[in-house]
Amino acid sequence: MWSSSRQKILIAGVSLSLAVFAAGCKKKAPVAAPPPPAPTPVAPAPAKPPAPSVTQLSAEPTTIQRGQSSTLRWEVSGDISSVAIDQSIGAVQNAGSRRVFPQDSTTYTLTASGAGGTSTATVTVTVTAPPPPPPPPPPAESPKTMEGRIGSELQDAFFDYDSTSLRGDAQSTLTQDATALKSILTDFPTATIVIEGHCDERGSAEYNLGLGDRRASAAHDFLVQLGVPADKIHTISYGKERPQCTESTESCWQKNRRVHFAAGQ
Amino acid sequence: MRKILLVPYVLAALGGSVWLLAQDINVGVSKEAGNRPRIALPDLRGAGDAQTFMGAFNQTLQGDIRNSGFLTVVASSWYPKSVPQQVSDWRTPPLPVQAPRSRRGEMVTAPDGGGFWMTDWSRPPVSANYMAFGYTALQNGVLVLYGNLFDLTRPNTTDAQMISKRYLAPSNDDKGARDLAHQFAADILALFGAQSLAGTHIYYVHQASRMTPKEIWVMDFDGRNQRQITHFNSLTIQPSVSPDGAKIAFTSYTKGQPRIFVFSTDPVRDLRFYNQIASMNGQPSFTPDGKQIVYSSSAGVCCRIFIANMDGSGFQAVTSPGSIDAEPKVNPKTGQTILFSSGRSGPEQMYLMSLNGTDIERLSDGTGEASNPAWSPDGQHVAFAWTRGYAQGKFNVFIMDVGSRQYVQLTHDEGRNENPTFAPGGTHLAFMSTRNGREQIYSMLADGSGVQALTSQGYNYSPVWGK
Repeated sequence: MWSSSRQKILIAGVSLSLAVFAAGCKKKAPVAAPPPPAPTPVAPAPAKPPAPSVTQLSAEPTTIQRGQSSTLRWEVSGDISSVAIDQSIGAVQNAGSRRVFPQDSTTYTLTASGAGGTSTATVTVTVTAPPPPPPPPPPAESPKTMEGRIGSELQDAFFDYDSTSLRGDAQSTLTQDATALKSILTDFPTATIVIEGHCDERGSAEYNLGLGDRRASAAHDFLVQLGVPADKIHTISYGKERPQCTESTESCWQKNRRVHFAAGQ
Repeated sequence: MRKILLVPYVLAALGGSVWLLAQDINVGVSKEAGNRPRIALPDLRGAGDAQTFMGAFNQTLQGDIRNSGFLTVVASSWYPKSVPQQVSDWRTPPLPVQAPRSRRGEMVTAPDGGGFWMTDWSRPPVSANYMAFGYTALQNGVLVLYGNLFDLTRPNTTDAQMISKRYLAPSNDDKGARDLAHQFAADILALFGAQSLAGTHIYYVHQASRMTPKEIWVMDFDGRNQRQITHFNSLTIQPSVSPDGAKIAFTSYTKGQPRIFVFSTDPVRDLRFYNQIASMNGQPSFTPDGKQIVYSSSAGVCCRIFIANMDGSGFQAVTSPGSIDAEPKVNPKTGQTILFSSGRSGPEQMYLMSLNGTDIERLSDGTGEASNPAWSPDGQHVAFAWTRGYAQGKFNVFIMDVGSRQYVQLTHDEGRNENPTFAPGGTHLAFMSTRNGREQIYSMLADGSGVQALTSQGYNYSPVWGK
């Protein structure tokens, strides 16, 4: 019974101390209440943010033939919660571009919404009827080798003097090249293709090496954007080292300011 | 007459090549043609079989002296009948010689030494200030030259003697004879402050025809001894040579995309330059201490100037992305600044910056297109190709004084004229020109005079002149 008597002592002790503590509280004088918190300054009502602004919505080109594409480019700034373009495009990023293939003239409306409201902008792509289709080509044996297909299916894209930007005609050429490239790379899955950058004879050989590099690089990036696998296409600049035309005339110079495709090594 | 080219004459006493004065741009050449010292340079003869090689010898000696820009060689039609061949051939006139009273060009009947008196050469019609003479012989089976130079303004043959020296040919043939002539010419020219070009080399790009590979070749300063250095069977371009002449760097497409190579020159060996990953690494050139390479690379984005160790390691970008920066050349004298060409302000122009890429300033005035900058050995002048005043692509060679930005045009629309490069002494330039149709390499004095074709076969360009 040793443990039992010890329990009793413990209970008695705890009761006693509780009783003493309770009596002490009761006897204490009332304590002054702390000061109230300082009044909060009157905050102005939160300003309504401005509506998002559409800084750019453009189509390039704005007129196409049926079957061709146009590239929409847009940029929205401000407080944005959503950006969307109609005509089945749907939600998009705040800035970007998209190729569209309208069958008929179409007006695209971009709607940018934010806490401050909604802004819209529109752009119209006019679609014209294509010219009559060309007569069927004479029956010819299509080249079977990769080199043959590169030579016959991939067209050079051309540039302005001392320029690396892709002109409209270069963009359409490269758009067709992208389709052909994807087809060739599907048929020759282990192949790589080289994009050569070339320049005309004016300007120094050294500077033109840089210019050719930038031209090849611009074409490379454009093709990758159109879905050509980046690891299958490499760039190389020949500057003015390998002209395809050696006369000092503008028509010859234009022929040399180009990107050209060749089989990789 | 172009005032800017009138370069005052300064004697050898000033030492080295002469770069003068005040407000004019003066490059390399000692003086305008009319005021150069006149030297009599009669053909030397060879004893016995040595005469076989004297055609090559005399042609080379005449060429070296004439093309130096420091001396005028008196036309041989004025020379007396007899020519002394050794110091002991000279005779002393018995009496002070009276000046013949005749107009220049007429036969003189006054007493003369038939060529053996110094006055025969110093007085009209020869009117030479100096005379070189001597002979060659086969001595113990070796072709030797006994070469002398007299200062004809001195009173006697003892005082006149400036050079009296025996020279040995490396071989008993025309090549050895030309070497002898170069040695003798170098000693003569050194007395007038001209650094001989003999022994210097010009590396360049050669292509046999438009459809064949481009390779690096080398030739002597006078276009002789052209030989192939690389055998990549590819597109190999943009040579440069190290300050000591022991290494060359260049760009080759042998592995596909353009890559930099560094080779030793003797023996020709690949020293293995590491290329950073990029679609283009090219346009290498050496720092003056020969320990680093500057080049242009498309790493990241085309194209920035980089500097790296001789093996390609430790590469660092010098310029920032944004424009096409090309053709970096480190100041050969100070090692502290880099010349380069760039499209950063529109069409290609020539710029100068510090070694770490700061303090970029444009040297050309923004007109036309300026490219191919090349330092003079004194690090104060730049030769470059510029289309200023001409249509796009119509380059001419200009020289600019970096301090004052004053420039002088050396070629004048005879075809395209590009790729200027200074000779090690700064007195001459080599450059590429299409003046005769195809791209060929020419040399000229640094004032634009004395143009000589160095190549004629195939296509040749991008010369770089080194030791």
